Amino acid sequence: MTATIEPDVTIDSRDAACPGPLMDLIGKVKTLEAGTVVELQTTERNSTTDVPEWLEEAGHDLLEIESRDDHWSLYIEVN
Amino acid sequence: MHRIAIVGGGTGGTVLANRLADELQSELEAGEVDLTLITADPNHVYKPTFLYVPFGKKTVDDAKRPIDELVDRRVDLTIGRVIDIDTDRQKLAFADSSVLGYDQLVLATGANLEPEAVPGLADGGHHFYGPEGAERLRDELAEFTEGHLVLSVVGVPHMCPAAPVEFTLMVDDWLREQGRREDVEITYTYPINRAHGLESIADWATDLFEERDVTLETFFNVEEIDPDNEVIETVEGTELDYDLLVAIPPHAGSDLVIDAGLGDDGWVDVDKHTLEATAAENVYAIGDVADVPTSKAGSVAHYEAGVVADRIASRARGTVPTATYDGKTVCFLEAGMDEATFIEFTYGEEPYVREPSKPLHWAKLGYNESYWLTARGLL
Repeated sequence: MTATIEPDVTIDSRDAACPGPLMDLIGKVKTLEAGTVVELQTTERNSTTDVPEWLEEAGHDLLEIESRDDHWSLYIEVN
Repeated sequence: MHRIAIVGGGTGGTVLANRLADELQSELEAGEVDLTLITADPNHVYKPTFLYVPFGKKTVDDAKRPIDELVDRRVDLTIGRVIDIDTDRQKLAFADSSVLGYDQLVLATGANLEPEAVPGLADGGHHFYGPEGAERLRDELAEFTEGHLVLSVVGVPHMCPAAPVEFTLMVDDWLREQGRREDVEITYTYPINRAHGLESIADWATDLFEERDVTLETFFNVEEIDPDNEVIETVEGTELDYDLLVAIPPHAGSDLVIDAGLGDDGWVDVDKHTLEATAAENVYAIGDVADVPTSKAGSVAHYEAGVVADRIASRARGTVPTATYDGKTVCFLEAGMDEATFIEFTYGEEPYVREPSKPLHWAKLGYNESYWLTARGLL
């Protein structure tokens, strides 16, 4: 399924400690238009729970969480 | 001649210069090594002092000393502003058009406050992260007898991650001492789903906030401040009224770093153990400007300086450097006006938060006084 997701924006937050990846995402999302698809790359397991919680709070959509060899890719659609 | 240049006269740069003066004593005296510390500010500033200024416990003058009194005489101290780093030619350019070549370079340029990054924040918010802000907040707090005090962590990462929690617990206690607490509502806000980035501190702070009647708002990312109507608006769609806003402003790295290609966002990309820049040879970064997965805290700069001193001294002698940084961070945390706790941790570790006590508060005040020995490289 993820093979079909082509992000418009990729945020590389690999190796950033919590809450770095979430903060990177929040900082970027503020600047993006509705409909933009974002890939957040993170090596923090907590991001796989913290980010979906924030998306729920802020009203954006989680499209997919994909586990890669050395990181997670979270796909988000900005509303 | 082996030329070592350090840019930045804060904790990291000053400790490093003094450590290297000791480690390379014989090489410096033999004229084989040249050690230069460059800083734009002739004063060394110990920023944790500013936390006490709003409560009248310290003054901004207590936070600074002339840097030439702290730096070893074997260090060539240059007061000047570096405006360009050429990592290919290994040269620094200064605002006065002079140029300095280096064989090994350390960037210790710290973090900069950027309140203007959030609309309305510069006008609507106070802070205690710099001398003018701390004095303005002291004056405001002295006359704040009733209303809603909001401590909002707007920017993450920021210097001294413990300070917002400390300020909240201190202001609660201080207002109680003044007999004004019953007339002041206190709210603490944090951008993620808990009160602090580190879970153990978040749990500790959440319990204390509940005990002390401090309201906690999480997932609170400030988008805009309306200073006229005294309202905070968030990315999540929340609105919060305030009467006195104490905000931790967004922090930024350095344009110097971006222009030199050492880090896209102003923080230097480094190997987290060797502290060597990933984008250039013979360049290190320590302290707040280094992008490592731990706190932007003075103790981090201090321990990193020790590691980099060993690595640079090894290279200057032509041997292989072996010292590495494990993320060691040590912080005292004030839990009120007369008690504190203490934490220490390394990369990936969760700190254990001890029961706050008066002896730890006095230990923190004692450390603040002995800090000047730390800057000299003695502690």
